[in-house]
Amino acid sequence: MGVDTILTDGIVPAQLRQRPEALLQVDQLSIDIATRDANVRLVDNVSFGIGRGERVALVGESGSGKSVTAQALMRLNSRVKLSGRVQFDGKDLLSLSNSQMAAMRGQRMGMVFQDPMSSLDPLMTIGDQVAETLRIRGVSKREARQRALDVLDELKVERAAERLDSFPHEFSGGMRQRVVLAMALVGEPDLLIADEPTTALDVRVQERVLDLLDEISRRRSLAVLLITHDLGIVAGFADRVMVMYSGRIVEENEATLLFAEPQHPYTRGLLEAVPRADITVDRLRSIAGAPPAPGARPSGCTFHPRCDHAMAMCSSVEPGETITPLGARVRCHLYGAG
Amino acid sequence: MLQIDHISKSFPAGRGRRTMVLDDIVLNVDEGQSVGLVGESGSGKSTIIRCALGLTRPDSGRVSYSGIDVQRSSRFDTLRFRRDVQLVFQDPYASLNPRMTVEELVGEGLLVHKLETTAAGRRARVVEMLAMVGLGEEALARYPRSFSGGQRQRIAIARAVVIRPKLLICDEPVSALDVSVQAQVINLLQDMQKQLSLGILFVAHDLAVVRHLCTTVAVLERGRIVEHGTREQVFDTPQHAYTRALLKAVPIPDPVVGRARRAERQAAP
Repeated sequence: MGVDTILTDGIVPAQLRQRPEALLQVDQLSIDIATRDANVRLVDNVSFGIGRGERVALVGESGSGKSVTAQALMRLNSRVKLSGRVQFDGKDLLSLSNSQMAAMRGQRMGMVFQDPMSSLDPLMTIGDQVAETLRIRGVSKREARQRALDVLDELKVERAAERLDSFPHEFSGGMRQRVVLAMALVGEPDLLIADEPTTALDVRVQERVLDLLDEISRRRSLAVLLITHDLGIVAGFADRVMVMYSGRIVEENEATLLFAEPQHPYTRGLLEAVPRADITVDRLRSIAGAPPAPGARPSGCTFHPRCDHAMAMCSSVEPGETITPLGARVRCHLYGAG
Repeated sequence: MLQIDHISKSFPAGRGRRTMVLDDIVLNVDEGQSVGLVGESGSGKSTIIRCALGLTRPDSGRVSYSGIDVQRSSRFDTLRFRRDVQLVFQDPYASLNPRMTVEELVGEGLLVHKLETTAAGRRARVVEMLAMVGLGEEALARYPRSFSGGQRQRIAIARAVVIRPKLLICDEPVSALDVSVQAQVINLLQDMQKQLSLGILFVAHDLAVVRHLCTTVAVLERGRIVEHGTREQVFDTPQHAYTRALLKAVPIPDPVVGRARRAERQAAP
């Protein structure tokens, strides 16, 4: 039986799918942190790629390692030890000098965080903050200001010209998040890493910010790595989704397929555990227990103590990666090739 | 049971002006009923809770519990009110005293309200309660710090429910929890409500959670209740433009729905 006979209409087999040219390639990235007593592995052997202009979501719960991974790609956390390889447009990021990396950050890769207020300097005008990365690169004051204005316009900040001289406290939460986005986008990066960019916002503002991000990513063919715990916003935004659990990527697939045909028991459990505003159900399925702390990971498959399908081998053997006929890259013994 | 009767509240906004925070709020919770109050940040959700508990005095209107005004109750009625009405807060890391063991935390209400006068009797009730929320006897001597967020929220619920209140006011009780743990706590609240025929006033910004848990829903927009009806009315045939806008903006974990909605928004002027 060939792969094509298993697949339903309209689904292209994984190996035939057109993937955009890789922009970021992460190979076997592990992240360790030394605590007083021990060395704790926060992220364990994570591999993935992001193509030019592609929107990829990294979904996980607290402690899964998603934010640490994002920071590692930008080399923002100097307290952790990174191993493996991170290639960005052919350059090995982990072997760049600090100043080379700093240049990458402003020009090629941008990042936004959850809380806009902590990313903004309360004593500096919006215009100066957005223009700052350009000024560091030696762009003239006048041109930097103009480009800051352009990017604020692109993000549909009303009366942007007048507001260049305002301070962060004069802006609402949604507007601040646009300013933070402007700071990340003014250098025209190829990749934007957005770590829970809308978590602190009300739903209508969240929708607006995601729409803007969607628009800009298409217009500029900007690749976006969206890091979030919210499967709802992922569904409307991402082309491809990676699910992270306890420091490992347990499943990855095209967004449509991941939501329609989740393979890993954790992904399935998560999708069933989320209440929906558009349908009424009697009872939510819940996943027993709680995610483990990074220092206290179970052996074998780290999800096995919470898994309904756990078999004897799950507690001792760490599952390798398998590609299912639906193109899911999954780490689970249910799909084990042996 | 709980009657919020035309309350309004404003706060001084400087230079002699006042900001209207609540405008003519009417909301009732009957025995065994689960009422959801949905609103964005700044809509007045917390002020309603404060008024309902008698912590903030409304400018006009009144809040009564079983017919007795919460602002003007006698000492006896106040004590009864404090036993009948319990609270579950958003942040289980801040709402449990870190220096108290689980046994002390959950047993405190029994002691204060003199429901169990012996230590052995209290322990038995605490153990029984912990079992109801899915925690074992080994939890008794432990402190909150050794529990995860979801477990702490269970402890908070056990602490609230152990004295058999009639009304549970929940202020965003699952919004600080992980997705996989949220469902456990939602299910627990649902079970408690059914088993003990608890009235629940569930205050949240998350429409999906409210739809799941509440049979009556009120939508709050900047201090006014703009829509109030059964779950089906509010979610399936919303009348007010604000409710419709909120519902349209709630992310749905289905890429087909998400993309269709975005296309619709982009087509609109």
